[in-house]
Order: sequence, then structure tokens, then C-alpha cells
Amino acid sequence: MSGKPKDEILHDHNHDGIDRRGFLKCMAWAGTGAFCVIQGGVLKSYSLSGLSGLSPKQMKGDISFVQISDSHMGFNKAANTDVAGTLKDAIDKINALPTAPGFILHTGDITHLSKPEEFDGVSQLLKSASAKDVFYVPGEHDVIGDDGKQYLERYGKNTQGAGWYSFDQKGVHFIGLVNVMNLKAGGLGSLGKEQLEWMEGDVKHLSKSTPVVVFAHIPLWSIYPEWGWGTDDSAQALGHLKRFGSVTVLNGHIHQTMQKVEGNVTFHTAASTAFPQPKPGEAPSPGPMKVPAEQLRSLLGIRDVNYVQGQHALAVTDSTLE
Amino acid sequence: MSSSIFRLGIAGLVIMLLMVAGRANGSGPAFMDDKTPVEIKIDNFVFSPNTLTVPVGSTIHWTNHDDIPHNVVSEDKSFKSKVMDTDESFSYTFAKPGTYTYFCSIHPKMTGKIVVQ
Repeated sequence: MSGKPKDEILHDHNHDGIDRRGFLKCMAWAGTGAFCVIQGGVLKSYSLSGLSGLSPKQMKGDISFVQISDSHMGFNKAANTDVAGTLKDAIDKINALPTAPGFILHTGDITHLSKPEEFDGVSQLLKSASAKDVFYVPGEHDVIGDDGKQYLERYGKNTQGAGWYSFDQKGVHFIGLVNVMNLKAGGLGSLGKEQLEWMEGDVKHLSKSTPVVVFAHIPLWSIYPEWGWGTDDSAQALGHLKRFGSVTVLNGHIHQTMQKVEGNVTFHTAASTAFPQPKPGEAPSPGPMKVPAEQLRSLLGIRDVNYVQGQHALAVTDSTLE
Repeated sequence: MSSSIFRLGIAGLVIMLLMVAGRANGSGPAFMDDKTPVEIKIDNFVFSPNTLTVPVGSTIHWTNHDDIPHNVVSEDKSFKSKVMDTDESFSYTFAKPGTYTYFCSIHPKMTGKIVVQ
């Protein structure tokens, strides 16, 4: 046992060959564009520049989907005067992925002001995406002025309450949650009693080995409550998922990628396709961050998610629009 | 002669002072029809001034200076603005005394208070 210590796994809670340190090491790459994939229980990370050297087989999982978020169609201020253009770039990026995704998750703030023409604009652009199925959850900008009536008219088919629902794909259970309705003064995002009860019933019949993906607009972990970056009753929702071996939580809202691992739950926030927001506490407010035009696309992005059956955690790849 | 003019001057001054005091307290019918709105700015996700005390009948005028839309909703539902995009405004006249706490229902961390006397 002489020489340099090997990079060995110290704590393998998920029994998937990844310890927290290894995961964080991989995730440290994510902000700058990394690709993480699990093969044979081993997490491997590659920088995006090295991706072209990978065969499609190396990148392919049993399920492949893309998450996009915070399109803010209708926004036209200095931080990005062409949000339709950057959404189009995001779609081009999706269409150029080596493995065509099966579907797209949009984690809210589809529009900026809930205007019909803003919803129409996003639907129109997404028609050119390689994946035709888009699953939405609303952001607070999609339910302005009408308590989500228009959102539900457009996307509420087969949903419950304010628009929550679940579906299954190849053994993975997906749950779309709504945490932008009935917000209380001074509070954070909110799921509410009715939705939590529905969720408890929704997962009751699932075996604990079922991988679960939860997606919602506002983060379901406390990132920076001072800016409203959290959900008041998220602990109750996560409580219903405690017995599951693999839970992946995908959120938007904060216009930047962040990751956290807590037991069997991995939390991810996605980049926006419209404009960046400052890091927590690093500006007077979470308003749109103005950057030089040539830097904008390096701060916007899409997320590619792959799942290989038999593995615990999902492989998550964030890439910028550059 | 000069002392009576002086006394008249004092009396006038006292009346003026009472009027000013009346205005500050929000009492005195002479100022009920004061229609100058009181401004509240929305900047960096903050209502400022954050707490405001005004006489009954005052109109408050909120203007959003952020690049993100906000609204103004009272907790007791007595008033609710439409969404205010950048540089848009909303006005509300407070006809009844009371303490009105309000917030932005899009960004509920943003709260403010109007005390109407």
C-alpha cells in the first residue's frame, strides 16, 4: 500500500459506485459543461470538449430526455432582447444531441407575462424540436392574473388540481408538481395540502426500487430563502419519497445550474434559455443579470438526462448554448 | 396699536401651526381632498418606503422600476393590482382607516405595509 493513495470510494450510500466526493467532483464540472454517465456502476465524467470522442452507445441510456426551463417568452429587456432566438438555439442544441431525447420537460416560466401570444410563441418554436412530447409544469410567470386558468386550458389535460400529474416511462416514475399557486405573503414556493395528499397516494403502489423523477418550477430544496429560492412544504413531499432508492429532483426558477445530494435524493436546478440570474446573495436582488452580449449564451443552457436500467442515479448533463 | 398687530400676527401663526399639525395627523377636513398620490417605488424586489402611514383618503401610487414584473396584493384581498411590467404603475385610494399588509403574489418575499389613519 505504498505510493499515492488511489481515488477510492469512501462512502457508497447508493451502492452505485459513487461516493459523495466522487459525485461532487463530477458535478463540479457541470457548471462548465460536463457529461456524467454511469456505466457498470461507475460514474465517469468527461468534459464537453471530449464528447465527440464518445460513441453513441457510451452516451445512450434506456431513457433519454431533455429538461429546459425559464424561456420567459415576451421578455425584452437589456439582459436578453431576443429570448425567442435563444430558445431556438436551445432547440438546435437538443436536435444536435447524439441520442435523440424521448421527450422534453419544461420546468416553467414558459412565458414572461402569461400572455396568449407568449404561450403560442413557445409552442410554435418547440414544434421544431426532435422530441415531440413536451411535459410542462407552470412557473409563477405562467399563472399571472388568472390563477393559472389559461395555463390549465393549454396544458391541464390529464392533470389534477392546479396542474400536477404523474406518468411512467420504461420503469421510471415521473411526477410533475405545481409550487407557484396560492403563495402567501413572506413565504416561499408552496405545494399545498391537496397536492401533497395526492402525491402520497400516487407513489403508494410503487416498489421502492422504482426510480422517481420529480420536476417542479421552484427548487424543492432551500437554496436561498431570502430570494424566495425554496419551497415551504418541500420536506413533506420528500418525506413521501423516503423509501425510494433513487430520487432525482429537477427544478428551474433560479436561472443557473446547481446540484445537491442528500441521501438517495439528487437535486438539480437548470439554466434558463432566456437570461441568467445572479448567484445567491451576490447582487441586490435576483433580477435578470446583464452580461456582455458575447457571454450571454455561455450562461444559458439545456440539460440532457439519461437513465440506464438497474442503475440508481440518473446521468445528468448540462450544456450551455455556446 | 403696534402691540395689537403683533398679537394678531401671533394668532395667525398659531392658526397656521394648527393647520400644519392637522395635516400631519391626517385630521381636519381642509386636507381630506388632498389628491396628491404618495409614491412607493419598487426597486430590486423591495417596496420603498416599506411601511407608510397616511391619512384616510390618500392615494398610493406604486411604480415598478425592475426588469421583472411585480404586482401588489393586499393580504385581506381588499385590493389587487394587475401585473406591472417595467415602469408600469398602480394606484389605490384608501377610504377606510386600518393597517393594510400587502405583497407581490409573484414574489411573495416582497412585502409592505400601509397604515391608514
